[in-house]
Amino acid sequence: MTKVTMTINGKSVSGEVEGRTLLSSFLREDLHLTGTHIGCDTSQCGACVVHVDGKPVKSCTMFAAEADGADVATIEGQANEDGSLNVIQAAFQEHHGLQCGFCTPGMVMSAAALLKDNPKPSEAEVREYLEGNICRCTGYHNIVKAIMAASGQDVSAIAAE
Amino acid sequence: MPKDGGIGASTVRREDVRFLTGTGQYCDDMNMFGQTAAVFARSTVANGVIKSIDTSAAEAMPGVLAVFTGEDFVEVGGNPAGWLINSRDGEPMKEPKRPVLAHGKVRHVGDAYAAVIAETVEQAKDAVEAIEADIEELPAIVNMKDALAADHYVHDEIGTNQCFDWGWIEDNRAATDAAIKGAHHVTTLELVNNRLVPNAMEPRCSMAQYNRANDEYVLHTTSQNPHLTRLLISAFVLGIPENKLTVIAPDVGGGFGSKIYHYGEEALVLAAAKKIGRPVKWTADRTEAFLTDAHGRDHVTKIELAMDKDGNFLAFRTETMANVGAYLSNFSTATPTFLHGTLMAGNYTVPNIYVNVKAVFTNTAPVDAYRGAGRPEATFSLERVIDKAAREIGMDPIALRRKNFIKPDQYPFASAAGLEYDSGNYDALMDQMEKVADMAGFEARRKASEKKGKLRGFGVNAYIEACGIAPSNLVGVLGSRVGLYDAATVRVNATGNLSVMVGAHSHGQGHETAFPQVVAEMLGIDPQSIDIVHGDTSKIPFGMGTYGSRSLAVCGSAVVRATEKIINKAKKIAAHMLEASDGDIELKDGVFSVAGTDKSVTFGEVALKAYIPHEFPLEDIEPGLEETAFYDPANFTYPSGAYCCEVEVDPETGKVSVESMTAVDDFGNVINPMIVTGQVHGGLGQGIGQALLENTTYDENGQLLSASYMDYVMPRADDLPFYTVDHSQGNACTHNPLGVKGCGEAGAIGSPPTVVNAVIDALQSGGKNVTHIDMPMTPHRVWSAMQNA
Ligand code: FES
Ligand code: FES
Repeated sequence: MTKVTMTINGKSVSGEVEGRTLLSSFLREDLHLTGTHIGCDTSQCGACVVHVDGKPVKSCTMFAAEADGADVATIEGQANEDGSLNVIQAAFQEHHGLQCGFCTPGMVMSAAALLKDNPKPSEAEVREYLEGNICRCTGYHNIVKAIMAASGQDVSAIAAE
Repeated sequence: MPKDGGIGASTVRREDVRFLTGTGQYCDDMNMFGQTAAVFARSTVANGVIKSIDTSAAEAMPGVLAVFTGEDFVEVGGNPAGWLINSRDGEPMKEPKRPVLAHGKVRHVGDAYAAVIAETVEQAKDAVEAIEADIEELPAIVNMKDALAADHYVHDEIGTNQCFDWGWIEDNRAATDAAIKGAHHVTTLELVNNRLVPNAMEPRCSMAQYNRANDEYVLHTTSQNPHLTRLLISAFVLGIPENKLTVIAPDVGGGFGSKIYHYGEEALVLAAAKKIGRPVKWTADRTEAFLTDAHGRDHVTKIELAMDKDGNFLAFRTETMANVGAYLSNFSTATPTFLHGTLMAGNYTVPNIYVNVKAVFTNTAPVDAYRGAGRPEATFSLERVIDKAAREIGMDPIALRRKNFIKPDQYPFASAAGLEYDSGNYDALMDQMEKVADMAGFEARRKASEKKGKLRGFGVNAYIEACGIAPSNLVGVLGSRVGLYDAATVRVNATGNLSVMVGAHSHGQGHETAFPQVVAEMLGIDPQSIDIVHGDTSKIPFGMGTYGSRSLAVCGSAVVRATEKIINKAKKIAAHMLEASDGDIELKDGVFSVAGTDKSVTFGEVALKAYIPHEFPLEDIEPGLEETAFYDPANFTYPSGAYCCEVEVDPETGKVSVESMTAVDDFGNVINPMIVTGQVHGGLGQGIGQALLENTTYDENGQLLSASYMDYVMPRADDLPFYTVDHSQGNACTHNPLGVKGCGEAGAIGSPPTVVNAVIDALQSGGKNVTHIDMPMTPHRVWSAMQNA
């Protein structure tokens, strides 16, 4: 067991982990931050995306020990300080970018990383960026639309209610 | 309409807030004090005799609390099939027992034959490795045709691999044969409806607790229908009385059919929790999900369409082999029969139909209902053969469909496949589709594609489905072993807010938002004062759950009935408070008033009076304001639609891209257009996935080759276009109080043939005489078809 210390959503936390403990397990099981989901065992689905030092990371592909000293952001820390939904979260709600909600934390974290690098992505850029995030419910239409809306683009011409 | 959203409002979903902030509570997010972990030992061979299982080394491993094998469950019941199908000769279907853990034989890769309970998942996994199982591998039975010819069996005790040989409708057979024989033109098509893995993003998870003090169990599980799961466990498998078993399906991360069924893991954790006296949790990993979730589709069909010289349809005849896998899953016998054969008239006035389905056991995972369940298979066969027929007789595919459509003045329409359609207008759907898809501009778009060196194709499809499966009296005659009603309780609390307990379960469908819209509309109150309670058998009267696009049509109708009872009683209370007679009380915008006067009381005041019944006419009215209704529908509902899409095919590589997809659906009345549109989007994504990407492949040894997201191609954002969805052409369902039809499966039913038809059109426009390509239309398949044409 090794001791790890990291900042998660602005708070310093420490814990004892085994070498093989994944960051996703550390978040879910040790810290009870269960918003980060596990949807696969081949690092393909993106339900587990968090930010480590500002970069999107599939937390199922990283050992907790590797995140020692890092600044980690998870879905639980995304809302505005007053608890209201942030711009991306609000756009997902407004444009019905989620159904069962299981892929949603990963989608929101990926979207945040995309918009940081590319503040006004085109439809094609959004679709390409989401290559690592699988959603089985929405057919992606409203996810793409929500992310474009969150970037301040006018999405009213994109079909549907 | 209440100002914050009643019927017809695109109210944003209240459940979103918890999902967007990471505070949803899915099964695996929950942990219990003293919890232990279950891990299963699963067969690595498709077919084998279990000679012996030695668990002694595993039992001695650190942290191990118990090890179970099939031997521990020989006394308990099997997991039953929910629908009895009789073969053409009247023989009942073959129903081999489906045990909690494999006993005697393993029958597919992933079949669980033992389970370890340990302090931690890691310890349990290590101990599973230490189980010594001597399993003698036998030749696997994988292919359906081979299975029917084989002299060895998936289940030796039944002496055949055929579960049933079903004819629908047997009395129509001779007339259908004669119509085909005498027809001017017969179009024949052989096709495969590819096997799919449902792939809800949340893997299955089950967690059981046992309370010795009162002999009670609680099972948290990923279910679309907790009451059904409880019923199966109580009445068939473990025999735990229902009043001692609570089943809770909390937030569930998608189902698409795969979480309808009761699975052995649920029974195992319950039995284990009792044995060790501590909570037991099992969470599937994705590989287990691929190996053991019930798969979908997997039909091989030959369909014939007979026409007269003018293109009038005279008959459809089909022969289908339907794979049921190694064991009968709960609805696996209903899916290829009554959810498939009865839909074989499609949208058409064809007089003769005969459907034959042979269900086949193989050494593969069980196959059951997956989004659409039988209806996509019916639609695919019909709409593909119609397209082929149009090309053969040189008629426009839309014109051929229109020629044979049931016309609006023919409802109620008795189809030759035995259903009575209540309402529809297929020409109007087609008109709207042609308009919103800008069909007039297609030729210009085709030219533009050709300039880029691409072949462009246009594909069309018309579908009908039967949703909200019902009524119990009818399905009982047809072999269903359950009733198909639903239930709701509306509880008005003393301070005027409401809890509405519903038997439907929401795992993405937005019930927490849509159901309050209905109640709010009826009572004229703020929907935010209404909460839905679902997914917990201890809180809800009963319910058959969510599948088959039934929630609003069936459970929503129960909500309406219960709310009507509330209004009736509330009017009595109001009449008493206002010293008027019940008949003079009107309810509008949440206020009860005496007609023609200015005397009134609010809904809230009536609620309070019901619970503080001072000066109450107790001889006439009981205190309290809570009502329950069970609703058993009079008929199925019949959503229908006209879909089209445009594809580009790269002639160099065979790669297909879907450039546009238009879905025009008749869902009857729509409660929340935003949610309905989202349901269609999801179905379209899955349907395009089936058409182009998804395939479940077993090799000849029964090994699942597509058992991960590296090998099974899930649709991703860049595989799919923006969709155009229109539900402006609704014809209200005539027999349920909301006039709703169901929208959850439409997209997955309507889109696969649309895409295939478009690809064939593209290839033909490029001079390639390709008449059919099986799904998924991978670049390799499309390219090969072009080379061979
Ligand atoms: S759980 Fe990490 S990518 Fe699927
Ligand atoms: S919302 Fe269900 S998987 Fe994306």
